[in-house]
Amino acid sequence: MNPAVLIASVYVFALAAFLGYQVISRVPPLLHTPLMSATNAISGISLIGSLVLAGTGSSRYAHILGFIAVTTATINVVGGFGITDRMLKMFGKRKDEGKKTAAAPATGASK
Amino acid sequence: MSLTSYFMEATYLIASILFVLALKGMSHPETARRGMFLAEGGMAAAIVGTMIGNHILPIGWVLVALSIGSIIGIWMALFVPMTSMPQRTALSHAFGALAAALVGVGEFITHGAEMGVITRGALGFEVMLGALTTTGSLIAAGKLHGTIHGKPIQFRGQNAINLIIFLVMTGSFVYFWMHPSVIAAFYTMLGVAFIFGVMLVIPIGSADMPVVMSLLNSYAGLAAAATGFVLSNNVLIIAGTLDGFSGFILSVLMCKAMNRSITNVLFGGFGSVIATASAETGGVMREISLDDAAMQLAFANRVIFVPGYGLATAQAQHAVRELGELLESRGVTVKYAIHPVAGRMPGHMNVLLAEANVPYSQLYEMEQINPEFPSTDVAVVIGANDVVNPDARDNPNSLIAGMPILEVDRAKSVIVLKRGQGRGFSGLENPLFFKQNTNMLYGDAKSTLSHLAQAVQHV
Repeated sequence: MNPAVLIASVYVFALAAFLGYQVISRVPPLLHTPLMSATNAISGISLIGSLVLAGTGSSRYAHILGFIAVTTATINVVGGFGITDRMLKMFGKRKDEGKKTAAAPATGASK
Repeated sequence: MSLTSYFMEATYLIASILFVLALKGMSHPETARRGMFLAEGGMAAAIVGTMIGNHILPIGWVLVALSIGSIIGIWMALFVPMTSMPQRTALSHAFGALAAALVGVGEFITHGAEMGVITRGALGFEVMLGALTTTGSLIAAGKLHGTIHGKPIQFRGQNAINLIIFLVMTGSFVYFWMHPSVIAAFYTMLGVAFIFGVMLVIPIGSADMPVVMSLLNSYAGLAAAATGFVLSNNVLIIAGTLDGFSGFILSVLMCKAMNRSITNVLFGGFGSVIATASAETGGVMREISLDDAAMQLAFANRVIFVPGYGLATAQAQHAVRELGELLESRGVTVKYAIHPVAGRMPGHMNVLLAEANVPYSQLYEMEQINPEFPSTDVAVVIGANDVVNPDARDNPNSLIAGMPILEVDRAKSVIVLKRGQGRGFSGLENPLFFKQNTNMLYGDAKSTLSHLAQAVQHV
């Protein structure tokens, strides 16, 4: 890695940290569990590093490591997004029984 | 740069933007789910872009690995009960961190010889963080699941031994950094990091898990970000950093909610402290009959439920919702008060109650609900103890002094649902249980709540 690339990477890191702080401090405690599993799924982005290792690694040893890494990172990504969606679906639900019959139809949970 | 590389970089840029938008959507339950669709799209784009950009697509066994991972992932997503969410998340941290560590090892094998100083440093961080997060998360998952005993495991000289392990780990990191040809240094670092992860988590009690979970979340993210530095890949840096900071913010919030520092949680072994002659509150705990409790609830104007981890272990979230709805149909105002560290991970209680169909508009944070307790007729504490202990507020000598609590004791009357007469995780006596206006209702929370609901129906 040459210094110019390093400096660019440090910029990206610093700005992402700042942006992350701004965005994440607005997440209400209500959604902290889905937040954690969502950011966990997003950090499963190391899957793409695993793919490169598995696909372009030079030795058999690297291929084996790549295979395991792709598998575990995929578990991380798919499981993380899946469970996050399952949780958020529950938060989207409105109470549609009981006396509150006039509850507005759920708009946020569309699509 | 070839056309496919440009395409790959474009997908990375799109993925980065979509990830940020997804987290922005998390600021409200109405927009959160749509936001996650964006993140999923971003992830899919980055995966396809990588496969095309690196010409991996035709390699069958990569697809096999992707399929195996997807099947396990979907299975975990669909069939894990909400009460097991903390251990599932810990396990997921372990998988992600292991991937980051393995990518680091693979990079070392493939390009180790020609790596520059900077890349080598990033590689060291990636492998260390990845390895210690893997084993740390596995231990955390084991403790949360009950496979490993939840009590802190401590022994004489523990901190000294941990310090030595830490020094060996960082020492071999520095040695590897300066002498890349010494392969043994790299593998020593890797091995010791695995051990360090175990040592880091075993002395921590189950009740401190919200902090540990958040920290491991942060480490897993930082490991991914370090991978980004090694591979000069910006989307890895961005996604990893977002995760790293999210975990960091959550750990700080959790520590604040317990009025403790991160170092105290990690090295204090708090959960094992046996209460040393905590101020004798004296008095007796008054038991209340089911019918009397039902009567109190049925004729109240305002009721607040305070769920704790006991609600989760008893799987009582549906039972409390049924009782709540029954009371509402009688015109009682029902609210739920959620302490930030109730449960075993940040926001755990909210998820359980949402699963039971409690509308999120009825879930209140500590700061919102505390002023309402004095005008509340009945506060029902379900399997919570330390988060409602008035000693934290009133007794400066208490072990948990200064920890913000739900001020349940200010309600006109309190009913405490408890499995037995035992103490909370801190081993502290809870003066709330001895107060004039407090009544105890012993037994399994789930059956007690459903019996209460039946009794309310007959009032």
